[in-house]
Amino acid sequence: MKKPLIASMLAFATMLAACGGSPPAASSSPTTGATATGAAADPCGVPVKAKCPAEAQNVTGAGATFPGPLYTKWIDQYLQITGVQINYQAIGSGGGIKGFTDKTVDFGASDVPLTDAQFDAIKEGLYMVPMALGAVVPTYNVPNVTAPIKFTPEALAGIYLEQIKKWNDPKITAENPGVTLPDLAITTVHRSDGSGTTGVFTDYLSKISPDWKTKVGSGTTVNWPGGVGGSGNAGVAGAVKNQPGTIGYVELIYAIQNKLGYGVVKNAAGKYIEASLDSTTKAADGFVSPDFGNLKGQQAKLSITNSTNADAWPISTLTFLLLPKDFSDKAKGLAILRFAWYGTHEGQAFAKDLGYAPLPSAVQKAAEEVLKSITSGGSKLLKVNP
Amino acid sequence: MTRSIDRAFAAGVAALAMLVPLTLVAITILILIDSWPALTTFGLSYFSTTEWDPVKLVFGAAAYVYGTLVTTIVAVLLATPIAVGAAIYLTEFAPRAVRAPVAFTIELLAYIPSIVYGLWAIFVMVPVMRAVVEPGLQATLGQLPVIGKLFSGTPIGLDLLSGGVVLAIMILPILMAISREVLLAVPPTQREAMIGLGATRWEAVSRAVLPYARPGIIGGAVLGIARAFGETMAVTMVVGNSSRDISGSLFVPGYTMASAIANQFVEADSELYFSAIVEIALVLLLVGIVVNALARVLIRRSIADRPAGAVV
Repeated sequence: MKKPLIASMLAFATMLAACGGSPPAASSSPTTGATATGAAADPCGVPVKAKCPAEAQNVTGAGATFPGPLYTKWIDQYLQITGVQINYQAIGSGGGIKGFTDKTVDFGASDVPLTDAQFDAIKEGLYMVPMALGAVVPTYNVPNVTAPIKFTPEALAGIYLEQIKKWNDPKITAENPGVTLPDLAITTVHRSDGSGTTGVFTDYLSKISPDWKTKVGSGTTVNWPGGVGGSGNAGVAGAVKNQPGTIGYVELIYAIQNKLGYGVVKNAAGKYIEASLDSTTKAADGFVSPDFGNLKGQQAKLSITNSTNADAWPISTLTFLLLPKDFSDKAKGLAILRFAWYGTHEGQAFAKDLGYAPLPSAVQKAAEEVLKSITSGGSKLLKVNP
Repeated sequence: MTRSIDRAFAAGVAALAMLVPLTLVAITILILIDSWPALTTFGLSYFSTTEWDPVKLVFGAAAYVYGTLVTTIVAVLLATPIAVGAAIYLTEFAPRAVRAPVAFTIELLAYIPSIVYGLWAIFVMVPVMRAVVEPGLQATLGQLPVIGKLFSGTPIGLDLLSGGVVLAIMILPILMAISREVLLAVPPTQREAMIGLGATRWEAVSRAVLPYARPGIIGGAVLGIARAFGETMAVTMVVGNSSRDISGSLFVPGYTMASAIANQFVEADSELYFSAIVEIALVLLLVGIVVNALARVLIRRSIADRPAGAVV
């Protein structure tokens, strides 16, 4: 009985305080107040503005390396506002999925949707909440070529299938009039370590090339038809830099930070698109919300490669947090949900500076709905303050 | 009173001593359990096929085993003559002032972390291999019949040969240290007798000293092989990490067992995939045990089984 009383007193006080400032907020409070236990500015509600005594002071997550720097920034900000320490270990998407399944971490993170078998392994069910977007770009080393080389999807698939073997192959030169491509053997470079980057790239190739889909398929590690493997973005970029004639794929932020040149790819609408944060965000414009409650079999909806948007960069991806549908530990659940809310809202402002594409509003709304529906012991955890 | 303390102490240290072998047993059992799905699914085809496809869940480790064998053989062939030559110089010919510093420097190589070797290899060695060594080999040895096959293909620097060369540098210290020890252990009387017969120093070394030390040197080489088998980081950085079909050339990207584990372990997201990777670890563990046991026998034979009357 005590808590609601204190909460409503607090609410009353803050309503009084808020009265002068923002009448619209005060007027909307009765509607939300009816469902939640009562407050206009519950410190434990969202947006995250204050310390919340009910949330855990320490939570641990693990997963994708790609969003690592962005999550680190959010964690830092969240610590300053709330005093809560969130530990995120960037060990790779596969590791994140495994850790989440084995419950060795409080939340997971992944760049790639789980497979059906992986969904089955998590009996209690999970949500995949989109946090930000990233892109993968082809980078290459062709001597004496300064203009960005244009690739059709077929050319990219053909190169990685080892069917297009020379840079002056008609399938490449036809799209690059005015560029003198040399009679040089192509060496493909891929990630040797399992990686969400490979997952996105092969997901794209599987969508645009039936041949690729049957021969190789998509995954964080695949059976490459040939080429050289490099460890991490740095390994791939290093191999490409050192060896004339090579082509590799790296994350867009990595290419930007290291001033690597990258190719232009024809998207699903038939337009040659330069990879940028804006064209990456565009890729999620046509995002159709899957049934988040039952994601098994809906992996295609979580993938935004080969977007139909006319201005979209075709090799783009969402990166997700993996959250349980129902937290067994209420305090931890509250901290994680508040953190995720912070990331998908205020946190988006840091995305561009760090080289990530922010979520388009439709995706942000979808993430919001998912976060709001997560429970602990059957009752909803997140309160949205007006 | 003191007796009981003695007994308790003995029991305590016995327990500590048992801890180590028990750890090995526990590791082996765990690895066996974890690799069981792959062992039963693929059986012997695991060792005879090269298709490693995490998407279709078909796993054959032959290309990894091949890569490990090739890089190790290259490493031992390159490192052994250098190590033995250096050891002979240091024990038989070098002035006293030179011996300790040179031996110390070579042994210092053993303390460099393998990631540092890897970085050096990728930034310094690989470009040289690609631009100078490999085209050079192709233009000379590559023209010979049969052997030429080893040097065919486009030199890219990230290949089995580079992996082998890095390994050679890494196993050099242990090979040299052991060779030096066994050469020092050769009784001076062996040499003195030869020189007394009017032999030159070369003849004394080649006829009296080396035959005496041979089992020990071989033992050192075997220990080097064991090190090369398990070495991961540096090789992974230069070997190319691509398990194509076995081609017979040293100029193709390859994959070793240890680097396959390092690269793929974290993202092994299905049970069968994970267990196929653990099976690689099982093979490595077994090979490691066998090779080390073999090395011990050889070294012991060379040091302990002295001819009667020899002065050590």
